[in-house]
Amino acid sequence: MSQMKKRKMGNFGEIMRRLKKNRLAMFGLTIVVLLFITALFADFIAPYSYAKQHLSDAFQAPNSKYILGTDEFGRDIFSRIVYGSRISLQVGFIAVGLAVVVGGFLGAVSGFYGGKIDNLIMRAMDILLSIPQILLAIAIAASLGPGLFNLMIAVGISSIPSYARIVRSAVLSIRNQEFVEAAKAMGSSDFRIIMKHILPNSMAPIIVQATLGVAFAILTAAGLSFIGLGIQPPMPEWGAMLSGGRGYIRDYPYMTLFPGLAIMITILALNFLGDGLRDALDPKLKR
Amino acid sequence: MTEKKDFLLDIQNLTVHYETDSGVVHAVEGLNLQLGHGESLGFVGETGAGKTTTALAIMQLIPNPPGKILNGNIIFDGQNLNTLNEEEKRHIRGGKIAMIFQDPMTSLNPVIPVGEQIAEMIELHQNVTKDEAFKKAVQMLELVGIRPERAKDFPHQFSGGMRQRVVIAIALACDPTLLIADEPTTALDVTIQAQVLELMKELKKEFNTSMIMITHDLGVVAEICDKVAIMYAGSVVEYADTRVLYTNPLHPYTNGLFNSIPDLDEDEEELKVIQGLMPDPTNLPSGCTFHPRCPLAQPECSQKKPEMIEIEPGHFVACPVCCNAFVKKG
Amino acid sequence: MNGSREKLIEVNHLKKYFPTKKGMLHAVDDVSFFVYEGETLGLVGESGCGKSTLGRVMIRLLDATDGEVIYRGENILKYNKRQMKDLRKDVQIVFQDPYSSLNPRLSVSELIAEPLIVNNVYNGSKAERDARIRTLMDTVGLAQRLVHAYPHELDGGRRQRIGIARSLALDPDFIVLDEPVSALDVCIQAQILNLLNTLKKEKGFTYIFIAHNLSVVKHVSDRIAVMYLGKIVELSDYRTVFADPLHPYTQALLSAIPIPKVDQQRDRIILEGDVPSPIEPPEGCRFAGRCRYRKDICSQKTPELREIEKGHFIACHFARNLSM
Repeated sequence: MSQMKKRKMGNFGEIMRRLKKNRLAMFGLTIVVLLFITALFADFIAPYSYAKQHLSDAFQAPNSKYILGTDEFGRDIFSRIVYGSRISLQVGFIAVGLAVVVGGFLGAVSGFYGGKIDNLIMRAMDILLSIPQILLAIAIAASLGPGLFNLMIAVGISSIPSYARIVRSAVLSIRNQEFVEAAKAMGSSDFRIIMKHILPNSMAPIIVQATLGVAFAILTAAGLSFIGLGIQPPMPEWGAMLSGGRGYIRDYPYMTLFPGLAIMITILALNFLGDGLRDALDPKLKR
Repeated sequence: MTEKKDFLLDIQNLTVHYETDSGVVHAVEGLNLQLGHGESLGFVGETGAGKTTTALAIMQLIPNPPGKILNGNIIFDGQNLNTLNEEEKRHIRGGKIAMIFQDPMTSLNPVIPVGEQIAEMIELHQNVTKDEAFKKAVQMLELVGIRPERAKDFPHQFSGGMRQRVVIAIALACDPTLLIADEPTTALDVTIQAQVLELMKELKKEFNTSMIMITHDLGVVAEICDKVAIMYAGSVVEYADTRVLYTNPLHPYTNGLFNSIPDLDEDEEELKVIQGLMPDPTNLPSGCTFHPRCPLAQPECSQKKPEMIEIEPGHFVACPVCCNAFVKKG
Repeated sequence: MNGSREKLIEVNHLKKYFPTKKGMLHAVDDVSFFVYEGETLGLVGESGCGKSTLGRVMIRLLDATDGEVIYRGENILKYNKRQMKDLRKDVQIVFQDPYSSLNPRLSVSELIAEPLIVNNVYNGSKAERDARIRTLMDTVGLAQRLVHAYPHELDGGRRQRIGIARSLALDPDFIVLDEPVSALDVCIQAQILNLLNTLKKEKGFTYIFIAHNLSVVKHVSDRIAVMYLGKIVELSDYRTVFADPLHPYTQALLSAIPIPKVDQQRDRIILEGDVPSPIEPPEGCRFAGRCRYRKDICSQKTPELREIEKGHFIACHFARNLSM
């Protein structure tokens, strides 16, 4: 059993080895891991609750008591950013998760069966794609109403078409490989062929797109919150924090600076990681 | 070796390595090879033997990184190719030494008409105008059996065999002294292969080009080559005139190759196979690289890398064991 | 070569056409023949002749356009899904490309286990299944230590052995071998050919061996069918095809083979031109355009495949009367 584990690690290990060579990607990976830890242990890391107001300490620049300063309600910005990481990660991964599952399913069915089904599904995707993704997200969020959950749905739905496309093209290229014919020749059902043979071999482009997709989802969420859709106060979503600090940007720039930096570093890290993964997974595909 | 003859190509002790993530690939190890003027040499071996690497080394096209010519001399027409600068090398490529690659589908540029591709070769090496180059290109097309009207057609409009003819036309456009053909007919159907081989034989006679034909097909070698060199895991193991090698193959690997081919004339129940596989080029066996699979292996074989022994005039074998056996017999 | 042998498969007027933008592609064009139980029928031809398509249509990996394939007395082209699933146990295929015919994400044992799992063999017992996998690996000469290896770690020869083991898992009677050694080096090729031969002797398989390398086909086949542009042009036992080829294409094909001997270089029949397109082929003999013996009737009437002497079939208007 352990030998089998070692073998499965063999594949994964090679990818990690290639990834390690890419410094930027490793930097990205480190940041993402840090982000996860921050989100998980927010209760231990953040010195204050994110909603607790200390009105007498409002508008304080970074000091020893409040590491990144306080906002107009005297809330500790550092704590809010720490708790905000939870929200960003939730939005990112759940929205992308939704898009991958639904989009992936549509793309797999489309690519595998071709013909009318393919046409139908892809034209529906085209309709969605003709609307700029962020506008689509805005429209859905606006119609669903405020709230974190609706935000995730909005971002998720607007991302479905790109995953459908990616999975479809991966399925098309693998569908004609001889090992798929071999599966047919031994009597495999279509379902088994898609789930066991085609999809696992299409993971690479999905992983790359998903990594970059999480970045986009976080950015979109921040954007939506910025214009007032999605998150409701006092949730410490980074985009909402940006929006909240907008009015005070002249005198108290740190209120927008730190959430902005948090967004920027996170997106950058995810992009580096996604690029690195693409390169690390690619040579394996070429084999 | 033998007395210093006037060779066109003299490869001395060539060693080429590739540095990869999984280790150093010893592609070519201490290779020695000579080719006379007007001769055609069949360079035979299986995948991974190092034949293409040798060809690329002659053309000075080893990708660096990760490849490197570590050692050895490649003397072509009196010059050591390893010591030339980039400008001089470019002058030789296409002009004096031309190469044909295996896959006719990918060796032609799909967006340029074939006539122009031939003309490009001519313009690069000869001091002529565009028109003159194109005229010569059309002549070359006719020479390889393609109608001149097709000079403006694109590669995808030709079949595999015809594309290979175009590739041959490009290679011969500047009348090179040496033509290296890397498995030129492997990707072709057998009747088309016959056509292309006939063409190559005629052109060989007409131009008196020396040729190195890389192939794994012993039948093709018998048809078109004067001499044969058998390559295994980075070095030549046997070398002789075609007639000599085919009537009296000595090296156990050479014999293994011949035994692996089903005989068209006789019925054989079982083919006499060589056990095992070609060794991992990052981890070659000590001494003679063939010893783990060799039916004649002796203890010394794993200790010392065998030298090429001239067992009879012009017939070289890198195997002391079979040479002793041969001498005892004769 | 007696008539008391059982016919395992009879193919009648089988057609497979593909619609393309330029017209109908006649990949397999009205092919009829039979395969005896326990024999190896070699199917040779150059690219585009339809041999691979024929192999796949025969086992319904592709659906036929028309015709019948009678296996053990029943037309399998009319089988429903359940019957087909049953048939899959008896009828298997080994593919040409050892690189693309194995799922790169599955280990050797998982690959060989697939047919067993899909067909619910040893359903309860993983131990029995594992034992069977190990036996199969032994049978095809794969070392036991490779049981958890992945295809990309192995060379072409070993991968092809996996493919063969996989095809044996369900104990089939009939195996289509689609160019099983074409992608392999000569020495490995010989090893695999010996293996296929041994297996056949031990288990009594019926093989259809598709290849373009004539010396390999001669080595393995009892009878050989030569295909050109979707039709069978000659069919006979292997000795006759090589000693007495009657069809001009067979003659040209045989003379084109480069022989690895120095004293047997002979005058070749060099065919002119290229293989014509299988899309909307013209009436008449498909080979007429390149045949040195062609007469007027050749481009007007398509010759039938007829038994010209015992066991020797040929599709040519002038079978024994070729003249320039």
